[in-house]
Amino acid sequence: MLQKGDKAPDFKLFATPDQQFSLSELKGKNVILAFYPADWSPVCSDQMALYNEMLKYFDKYNAAILGISVDSRWCHLAFSDSRKLHFPLLADFEPKGEVSKLYGVYDEENGESSRALFVIDKEGYVAWSYLSPTAINPGADGILDALESITPKN
Amino acid sequence: MSNQLKPAVGSQDHVQGPAEAAIEIVEYGDYQCPHCGSAYPVIKEIQKKFRQEVRFVYRNFPLAESHEFAMPAAVASEAAALQDKFWEMHDIIFENQDSLSNEGLFKMATEAGLDIEKFKEDIQKEELEQKVESDFESGIRSGVNGTPSFFVNGTKFDGDAQDLLDMLTENSTVK
Repeated sequence: MLQKGDKAPDFKLFATPDQQFSLSELKGKNVILAFYPADWSPVCSDQMALYNEMLKYFDKYNAAILGISVDSRWCHLAFSDSRKLHFPLLADFEPKGEVSKLYGVYDEENGESSRALFVIDKEGYVAWSYLSPTAINPGADGILDALESITPKN
Repeated sequence: MSNQLKPAVGSQDHVQGPAEAAIEIVEYGDYQCPHCGSAYPVIKEIQKKFRQEVRFVYRNFPLAESHEFAMPAAVASEAAALQDKFWEMHDIIFENQDSLSNEGLFKMATEAGLDIEKFKEDIQKEELEQKVESDFESGIRSGVNGTPSFFVNGTKFDGDAQDLLDMLTENSTVK
């Protein structure tokens, strides 16, 4: 699993059925990557619903959040519509789990991404990472603490 | 992740029960969340059973994107607090969770005995929404990941209201 100080590898994944999204497009912004096992599962749904409420807090720290799982772009679309999510879900679908593996958070046994969080700074380096037990929604306090630590105080 | 309540219970909070109670329960709740609705009667039971031992604090954690009326209901309860009727409103909302709507909230406010003209003015006040948001942010900082979340004496409780009742019953001399 990538740790603080590691360069965050760039990637390009489908964010909608016809649009690809790459990490480098967010250069100059802090980025939160939330890898999670599966659309629709109860814990993931709660976790994504929580982040959905927090966009304005993330915005305060000039941060964008991206959800990533191995579900397909169509599955993401249905899930995102159903939960009214206002941030992109990326499909780490083909080759399956490639980006999750790049970040060292692929769960081979279940064929899913692990539940893992990364905060990446504006220069593209990992500022904080956290691997959560699969059954536990890690909340967002760790993310906010990490964002605070990389935001210069005025 | 954090499991400590931040900030500690203070003058900004809505509190029920004796100040010297040995057990302080803080709930982060959403008035439209069904799980909070099911927790409500269980909390009442806890309060009844442990009248002298427990004090109960409610903080707002509205999942406004998932629940259309979570925020209006939270603001309505804060408006009721300005008329010293926070708990009346809190109870009525949870008891009538199925009829949550803007109209429904006015009906509930009437039922809670509020001065409706004042209520109407107060719910427009930005500081009430800010109060709700500062509750929400304190929840995030404390490691709240969903509703309801409970803290017992400042530490996050890993379980629902029924688990809380069972735990208290097990550890208590009050039977």
